[in-house]
Amino acid sequence: MTADDTTLNASAPWLEVDALIDDPRTRIVVCCGSGGVGKTTTAAALGVRAAERGRKAVVLTIDPARRLAQSMGISELDNVPRQVKGVDDAAGGELHAMMLDMKRTFDEIVEGHADAERARAILENPFYQSLSAGFAGTQEYMAMEKLGQLRARDEWDLIIVDTPPSRSALDFLDAPKRLGSFLDGKFIRVLMAPAKVGGRAGMKFLNVGMSMMTGTLSKLMGGQLLRDVQMFVAAMDTMFGGFRTRADATYRLLQAPGTAFLVVAAPERDALREAAYFVERLAAEQMPLAGLVLNRVHGSGASQLSAERALAAAETLTEHAAEEAETAAEERAAAQESEAGTRPDPAPSPAAGPVAEAAENLERNGIMDHDGGKNGSRTVGGLSPAAPAAHPAPPTASAAQLATGLLRLHAERMQVLARERRTRDRFTALHPEVPVTEVAALPGDVHDLTGLRAIGARLALDPADGDMAPPQP
Amino acid sequence: MSRLHVVSGKGGTGKTTVAAALALALATEGRRTLLVEVEGRQGIAQVFETEALPYEERKIAVAPGPDGASAGDSARGGGGRRAGEVHALAIDAERALLDYLQMFYKLGSAGRALKKLGAIDFATTIAPGLRDVLLTGKACEAVRRKDKHGAYVYDAVVMDAPPTGRITRFLNVNDEVAGLAKMGPIHNQAQAVMRVLKSPETAVHLVTLLEEMPVQETADGVAELRAAGLPVGGIVINMTRPAVLDTEDLDIAARSARTGVARALSQAGLGGARRGGLAERLIDPLLEQAREHAERVDLERAQHAELTAIGLPTYELELLPEGVDLAGLYRLARDLRKQGPI
Repeated sequence: MTADDTTLNASAPWLEVDALIDDPRTRIVVCCGSGGVGKTTTAAALGVRAAERGRKAVVLTIDPARRLAQSMGISELDNVPRQVKGVDDAAGGELHAMMLDMKRTFDEIVEGHADAERARAILENPFYQSLSAGFAGTQEYMAMEKLGQLRARDEWDLIIVDTPPSRSALDFLDAPKRLGSFLDGKFIRVLMAPAKVGGRAGMKFLNVGMSMMTGTLSKLMGGQLLRDVQMFVAAMDTMFGGFRTRADATYRLLQAPGTAFLVVAAPERDALREAAYFVERLAAEQMPLAGLVLNRVHGSGASQLSAERALAAAETLTEHAAEEAETAAEERAAAQESEAGTRPDPAPSPAAGPVAEAAENLERNGIMDHDGGKNGSRTVGGLSPAAPAAHPAPPTASAAQLATGLLRLHAERMQVLARERRTRDRFTALHPEVPVTEVAALPGDVHDLTGLRAIGARLALDPADGDMAPPQP
Repeated sequence: MSRLHVVSGKGGTGKTTVAAALALALATEGRRTLLVEVEGRQGIAQVFETEALPYEERKIAVAPGPDGASAGDSARGGGGRRAGEVHALAIDAERALLDYLQMFYKLGSAGRALKKLGAIDFATTIAPGLRDVLLTGKACEAVRRKDKHGAYVYDAVVMDAPPTGRITRFLNVNDEVAGLAKMGPIHNQAQAVMRVLKSPETAVHLVTLLEEMPVQETADGVAELRAAGLPVGGIVINMTRPAVLDTEDLDIAARSARTGVARALSQAGLGGARRGGLAERLIDPLLEQAREHAERVDLERAQHAELTAIGLPTYELELLPEGVDLAGLYRLARDLRKQGPI
């Protein structure tokens, strides 16, 4: 295993994030992927980086973690982009951010498309109130609607969109079409029929087939719900064309050359499987994929030391420590015996407890390579106990214990690395054409601009330059 | 003891895996459990490494007998050690609606006509809450189903539910629909389902990791569920890792033990301990990794304390370094069982 192993495969092209966000032709970046992979953080980090590199950017987030929202000053759900303070404007850029309020977005569409009286009738309709409060598909539809609105305002030269935490990452692509096809469908016409011929009383004037159908619907839904739906549909009638046109326009916007999709994933089986589906789906829909952002990838500064060797070395140390503890205990017992001449002390040295525990943990990991350790010891050069110590020498047991811990941690890290690489390689084998950028894992969560800047730097880091090196400010 | 276990959690916390492990864990001593999924993702099939599940209850796994005990589980049948069974069902809202129409209204051809018209599609994808009533309704039906001797067909039903952010609305949707449809069959169905969901027969469990966002979502989720009057069960802390070192150890390392550690590494056969020696050069990267680890351990301890403060029973499942395969799933089930009734 060499240090090169932790960098990208030669077969996966590198996703040049800076080139993407610096290009004035890039107008929309859509971050998509399954839940829990860091979409929102990625979108926010891209926004900060783009703004600090001179773009006038806006980030549309759907459901940001509270502290992340606070750090960007968008904890208020007012559906309006707010300028983010603290972003470096030296390059002439600025950053705005907003959090989607889907009910409000829906209300605005209604208000914008109907006269005041009709709008009120819709807004007060119980069916509409449930629909707009966020049932299947509404959030996805409204996210795309808001994207269309932001684009139409033309106030920003780069819009970065986060996508809703859907049951499937693909839902937001389908939502506009689904709503559109429903609104155009036959079912709507059936529902509309009685309302058109005179509301509730109109039922009886319908032809027999139609009335049988509405009769069935009434039986299923209950008369009152059916009437609410009918009134809703009737009130929305004039807006249907508008809805359909907007859904189509949003869809075309997503296909436009100025749009770039970033599929976000973590190096885990499920997330990458979802990512692969997404890549295929985008291709089928002729939507422009910029590449894959692989978040939370682990690296190691000591990747020349394999997991097996680290474990073997840890085990050697544990054995040494156990031997020494035994010798020490024997010596102490002997000393006590000669002093008191009576009771030998069977208590183990203080080091024996943790050491035994470490040995047990090692066994659980199940990889022990005795030969490796012994082969290694042939190359030992610095075993001299006379090595100069700048500080007072610590008790050997504690240093050995610490070293054992470090080695075990390293072995664990190398195993994670290997698993992540296998998962990533599987994706790359399926989609060798997709450019990839990897973002090194951080120990904690990100919830301030400094953290977002660090993520941005990692996003843009050329794997050839610095393998997992901490980004320079 | 609960008979309907609803398993939710933030995306990426492994709720499907935990739901599957729970279904296995509950299926001891000849018990039979049903694992249902409601989001059409075929997650169960992936976890159990089988082909995609149809809309049909089928046996998916046999649970091992009680650990260690070779006999004496006389709770059911008394015939010594009996294996349990996990059945699985991927609920499809459209099929559930057609079934429902057939069952209650005998709408053979009218149902097909409705489908052709787009009404079924409307009802299951766009109409507020209907989809969720159908999905939860099907699960509740399985909970209440009895055989001809009057015994429950399933001892427990485990639902791999939508994520924490949507769980309260998903389960409470029956209330919402009941408010929307003030009478009629949808109203009645919703009421019936809600009675099961709010009864002590049901427990909603939340899966989390020891990370800030999932823990925050768990706390919010518990508050929301409680406010909606839904019974909260336990918190499953998934993918825990043993703490090898903490920041205190590292302080010691930084202050004094550097030379000693170099010597120990060298002693273990990893090269020279002098400046520039192989072992000495390992120290910085190893310490850096240890620092990251220790930082995470500290963070995890803080998150753990926050979870404990919620005041619900917690269950812990260790991270399986090689990922969860079928053997890993059985191991998780065993670990769950060891931690007492859930």
